[in-house]
Amino acid sequence: MSVWRNISELGAGLWTTLRQLGRTSTVSYPEEPLNLPPRWRGRPVLTRDPDGDERCVACQLCSAVCPTRCIELQAGERPDTRRYPLTFRINFSRCIYCGLCEEACPTLAIQLLDEFAFSKEHHADFIYEKEALLIDGTGKHPHYNFYRHSGVALQDKDKGEGINEKTPVNVRSNLP
Amino acid sequence: MRLFLMALGMLFTTLVLLGVAGFLVFAERRVLGFLQNRLGPNRLGPLGIGQALADALKLMSKENFVPDFADPVLYRAAPVLVAFSALASFAVVPLDHHFSWAGNWNIGLLFILAMSSLNAYGVFLGGWASGNKFSLLGAVRAVAQLVSYELPMGLALLGVVLLSGSLSLNGIVAAQNLPYIVLQPLGFVIFLIAGVAETHRLPFDLPEAESELVAGFNTEYGGMRFGYFFLGEYLGLTLIAVLTALLYLGGWHGPWLPGWIWLLIKTAAVIFVFFWLRATLPRPRYDQLMALGWKVLLPLALFNVLATALAAALWRLA
Repeated sequence: MSVWRNISELGAGLWTTLRQLGRTSTVSYPEEPLNLPPRWRGRPVLTRDPDGDERCVACQLCSAVCPTRCIELQAGERPDTRRYPLTFRINFSRCIYCGLCEEACPTLAIQLLDEFAFSKEHHADFIYEKEALLIDGTGKHPHYNFYRHSGVALQDKDKGEGINEKTPVNVRSNLP
Repeated sequence: MRLFLMALGMLFTTLVLLGVAGFLVFAERRVLGFLQNRLGPNRLGPLGIGQALADALKLMSKENFVPDFADPVLYRAAPVLVAFSALASFAVVPLDHHFSWAGNWNIGLLFILAMSSLNAYGVFLGGWASGNKFSLLGAVRAVAQLVSYELPMGLALLGVVLLSGSLSLNGIVAAQNLPYIVLQPLGFVIFLIAGVAETHRLPFDLPEAESELVAGFNTEYGGMRFGYFFLGEYLGLTLIAVLTALLYLGGWHGPWLPGWIWLLIKTAAVIFVFFWLRATLPRPRYDQLMALGWKVLLPLALFNVLATALAAALWRLA
């Protein structure tokens, strides 16, 4: 009998909505913290290596790859010949948070962390200078240092035994 | 002095009813939210209850606009008619045995049916006087809906009247030793379905039908005139819920608690069912509603009346 089937389907529908009572998918955002995914692409920052030096070596790759041309920097050189950015400027009113700069960076200096809720009154305020971009932490890669290497194994020495060489890391443990 | 007190009491009743309607708008949004995995308005005041006040203030502060192409007199009269008829119906609704304006009136139920027809006039005139195609379509649907639900509704009520032998709501409640939902299950279902259609609520909100007709009969209305329609709808919802509680669920009969609290609990339960239906069921086409009214509800209601009459006659013989 289709009548009884229809009535039971009505009942099934009503039961389905009643079961939702008291559940919610809404996150009351400012009061409740958001659970951002670990690879969330927020505002780019410049990070430091574990020893506290700037990771950025001013290679200009991020600036070159940026599709909206919002990164601008000038290179400088330290007394020990290591390069560093004299100025580093990102125009966040043009940044599209694509993450290409992060992918291009050979030293893992520029990283898109989880800050996403920032707003300004004027476009000019979105131009961030190096002082505002450089953070004190290491970002997503806490142990990575571009200049820290373990060399190669030779006849009379293993990896990490030469001058300025460090013991190799376990490649299975530092996957993102 | 007595007249003055009476006027004061009526004013108070009206204000309470308006407050109830305002609260119901908020309660509906909140309950609907919970039923749909959302939260609903929860920002203003405790649990978001200030939303009712904010909505009312917004409606009252809007411009009282009459479009050029509308019939000025009917356009102004229709919302008042809707709100008035819904408010007037409450005169015969008793809260408790000796707690009503005209609960003992011997044509109480008839009065409510008459007022609900007046309500339909308000909706129809509002849609017609707006001079807008969508409004007119909504109004036409309101009338088509009216003729298909009003008859089964009246016949379903006839079963109650036959059993209780009274048309006054006090009398009907007093006659219910057993709630009539037990004796009149078919009549109860028919009354509930017709009641949903009567209040133009989902799944039978065809005169409004936001997804098809912009806003149906109240497309051209805004501000407090729209507020009157809104008020009429929610008062109508309250009226149908309170009637269901009085006629089928035993009214104020119940153990331990005072009678009026029982009535309020039952009414709130029926109102929740209305919200629940709205959260669940999609809207049928309006020819489907008419087919349901004429081909299913009317024969069932007729059968219900005949069976009730036969049973009542046999009961008296025995």
